[in-house]
Amino acid sequence: MDGDHALAEGALAAGCRFFAGYPITPSTETAERFAERCPEVGGLFIQMEDEIASITANVGAVWGGQKVMTVTSGPGFSLMMETFGLACMMETPMVVADVQRTGPSTGLPTLTAQQDMMQVRWGSHGDYRIIALVPDSPQECFDLTIEAFNLAEIYRVPVFIMTDETVGHMHEKVVIPPAEDIRIVERNWYMGPKEDYRPYDFNGRTAAPMVKAGDGYRFHTTGLTHDERGYPALTPDMNKQVVTHLIEKIESNADKIIRTEEDGIQGADVVVVSYGISSRIAIRAIQQARNAGIKVGMLRLITVWPFCETKIRNLARNVKAIVVPELNYGQVVLEIERCAAGQCRVISVNSCGGAVHDPEEILAAIKEGANQ
Amino acid sequence: MWEIKFSGFGGQGIVRCALITGAAVALHDDKFATMTQSFGPEARGGACQSQLIISDSRVLYPYCTTPGVLIALSQEAYDTYEPGLAVGGILIIEADLVKPKGDSERVELYSIPATRFAEELGNRLFANLVVLGFFTAITGAVSPEAMKKALPGLVPDRFLSANIKALDKGYQHGVEAVSRKTGAVH
Amino acid sequence: MKGAEPAPEYSTDDKAFREQNPMAEFLRMERMPHIWCPGCGIGTVVTCFVEAIKASGYDRDKIAVVSGIGCSGRVAGYVKFDSFHTTHGRAIPFATGLKLANPELKVVVISGDGDLASIGGNHLIHAARRNMDLMVICINNFTYGMTGGQVTPTTPTTANASTTPHGNYETPFSLPFLADASGATFVARWTALHAHNMTQTFGKALKHRGFAFIEVIAPCTTLYQRRNKLGDGLDAMDYYKENADIQHGADTRSVGISFQGDIALGKFVERQKPTFLDAVNDHYMKVLGDSYQLYGKTTAELQKEAEERARLSASKEAEILECGADD
Repeated sequence: MDGDHALAEGALAAGCRFFAGYPITPSTETAERFAERCPEVGGLFIQMEDEIASITANVGAVWGGQKVMTVTSGPGFSLMMETFGLACMMETPMVVADVQRTGPSTGLPTLTAQQDMMQVRWGSHGDYRIIALVPDSPQECFDLTIEAFNLAEIYRVPVFIMTDETVGHMHEKVVIPPAEDIRIVERNWYMGPKEDYRPYDFNGRTAAPMVKAGDGYRFHTTGLTHDERGYPALTPDMNKQVVTHLIEKIESNADKIIRTEEDGIQGADVVVVSYGISSRIAIRAIQQARNAGIKVGMLRLITVWPFCETKIRNLARNVKAIVVPELNYGQVVLEIERCAAGQCRVISVNSCGGAVHDPEEILAAIKEGANQ
Repeated sequence: MWEIKFSGFGGQGIVRCALITGAAVALHDDKFATMTQSFGPEARGGACQSQLIISDSRVLYPYCTTPGVLIALSQEAYDTYEPGLAVGGILIIEADLVKPKGDSERVELYSIPATRFAEELGNRLFANLVVLGFFTAITGAVSPEAMKKALPGLVPDRFLSANIKALDKGYQHGVEAVSRKTGAVH
Repeated sequence: MKGAEPAPEYSTDDKAFREQNPMAEFLRMERMPHIWCPGCGIGTVVTCFVEAIKASGYDRDKIAVVSGIGCSGRVAGYVKFDSFHTTHGRAIPFATGLKLANPELKVVVISGDGDLASIGGNHLIHAARRNMDLMVICINNFTYGMTGGQVTPTTPTTANASTTPHGNYETPFSLPFLADASGATFVARWTALHAHNMTQTFGKALKHRGFAFIEVIAPCTTLYQRRNKLGDGLDAMDYYKENADIQHGADTRSVGISFQGDIALGKFVERQKPTFLDAVNDHYMKVLGDSYQLYGKTTAELQKEAEERARLSASKEAEILECGADD
């Protein structure tokens, strides 16, 4: 099964039964798979008129009680940006996969990239936080989609699967466990008296329980700055409360959210920090470097946002260099440089133009870092 | 470990070949397989290649470094990828579509008129399965049983038996080619 | 005049006023006063909409109102239903998701001409094409009010707007024609003066299955009226009274509005066609038969099914137990 299909299967396994989408290479296969599977499982696929409509219909469907997902790639991802802000502001749980392709603009539609890593974090206007996970294989496309749904429900936030064309179109065996072995977090439905319901609670730690339209709460929600009732409250103080909550409910739980994978970091001189397909390319370089006697470790970011700041700070104090291969002109490396704060060298290994790295480039960077 | 490159032009079923082989080894031969692909924007006629790694343990690096097997179904694919094939590697070409540049002895060359064979079986769309059968016999990277088991779901149901026939035809031709070659060597 | 009849007593106390207001069940009185200008037509539309719902006997818990951005976009914030104030132009796709996620809902979009016909124009025509089961009320005041009176896709040619300071040189959309041509199955138009007709039409549209589009021509006294030297709200009512003409069933090709020109009113289109969801279910049932898992079952239906399953599995367990006893 390829990564794109695994995304759809992961969504179905997580209980998602609504998918409004718009075709775009190289993510289309996910929409196709979901459309194919819907009639078997009582789900609904609707191909909307554009990506803006797709993402907005998904937000609407969440408030109608559904778990939802959509997939897209660069150009569509850009179009969805405004609504991601709405979803964050309304605290709407949803999952979006970006099967990254080479930009800018139409770019190289069929070739791979990791160029939207900063866009996913900052792309919509205003201050907010999202969660972004990066799979390195079709199996992880499946597993992380389920995890994304769980995180979305816990924190009432859009969660992004930042995969890429290579993983999206990569075929590997995907093991789908029996339903009873899959951990699924259901929506935190409000249970108290109707008149006491408040859609929001700006406590900076947890998300308020939800209700759905049609259950008699007659609630209101808006993209405007709002109070606990969801009513517009257009004051600087209120905005500060809301924004602080949107950020803190993620930041204060970062330790619980962040997942990384480590190999041979203890005593390493150089650590390669990477994510997604780049980390699989890096493995080849790491093996070669180890064969050459270099003490090199690997840190794979499964969760890229929120960022594992503490881990990088500690790492920077203990290694000579951090090597960061990415399929872009240097994006997550900026965050690593910020956290390393001059304590070690940070070497960016860029790859643009739609091709994955030649492992030799990464090896050269490892050697450069080790010799310092 | 096998590093295999399937290449040709869009519409020849290149990606399908890699997919079937990958599914066969991963699901029925109890090995690990990773398939990647690249193609142009055209649905038909553009350059197309797919890479398959077969391993006894989990595949980490997903691409061919130096492919040990190259299947080239177009002249362009042959010209582009033949120089990258490992010394002593296996080169499989479509006899009527690829003109090799002399026999350099650098690689083991196997040639099959897959399209003609497929036409004899009723439809030249089965040519990729003929090639796959041929590939299976020559390399032994995958068992013919696994290949057959992998077909349902990856080829249209109504063409399943025709595709199995095509696979058999190619396999038979491959067995003969191998025995000819070993015969010639010894 | 019978002096004995006591005048109705209204408290001047804010809280009591809110509680006693006859609209209190339907409006979020705690949010009053609203933001609309004196003479604005939006309030009339809200009143008519609420009256229509009252008269329809619809379960208020099953009505959802979705608005976009702008003056009309604020409607969602004042009505006491499940209500959503979304982004600019996206009320219809939001409503589409809401309706499809919970088909028991009657989803009503109330927004303005700039929101629905300009930035949201693509969504409007596609929802109409799909015959999405939505009721869309477009309050058309020919201008962007909230941002200060810019030209919109419905501003009549020659009318003055802040971004066409020397008069509008573009050709406007005739929204009933656009909706009709796109596939809407219920199309009507009234003005803010025709409150009674509007209420009745809203009532009919609430009962209509499919995409219902109602345009309400309404005055923007602060910007459109003033900028075009058309007087105040009352002058607008005079214009509607003099120039509007009821033409039920009129060919939508003929109902365009020129600057201060005639306005054709009435219900232009009402036809039956499967809604989007009906089409999905009908099609899949035809193609896939019994293996099709119907989408959009009601909570009651799902509950009944779950009970049925529980009953079956319980009886199966009982059977197994019985078999076990035999061994």
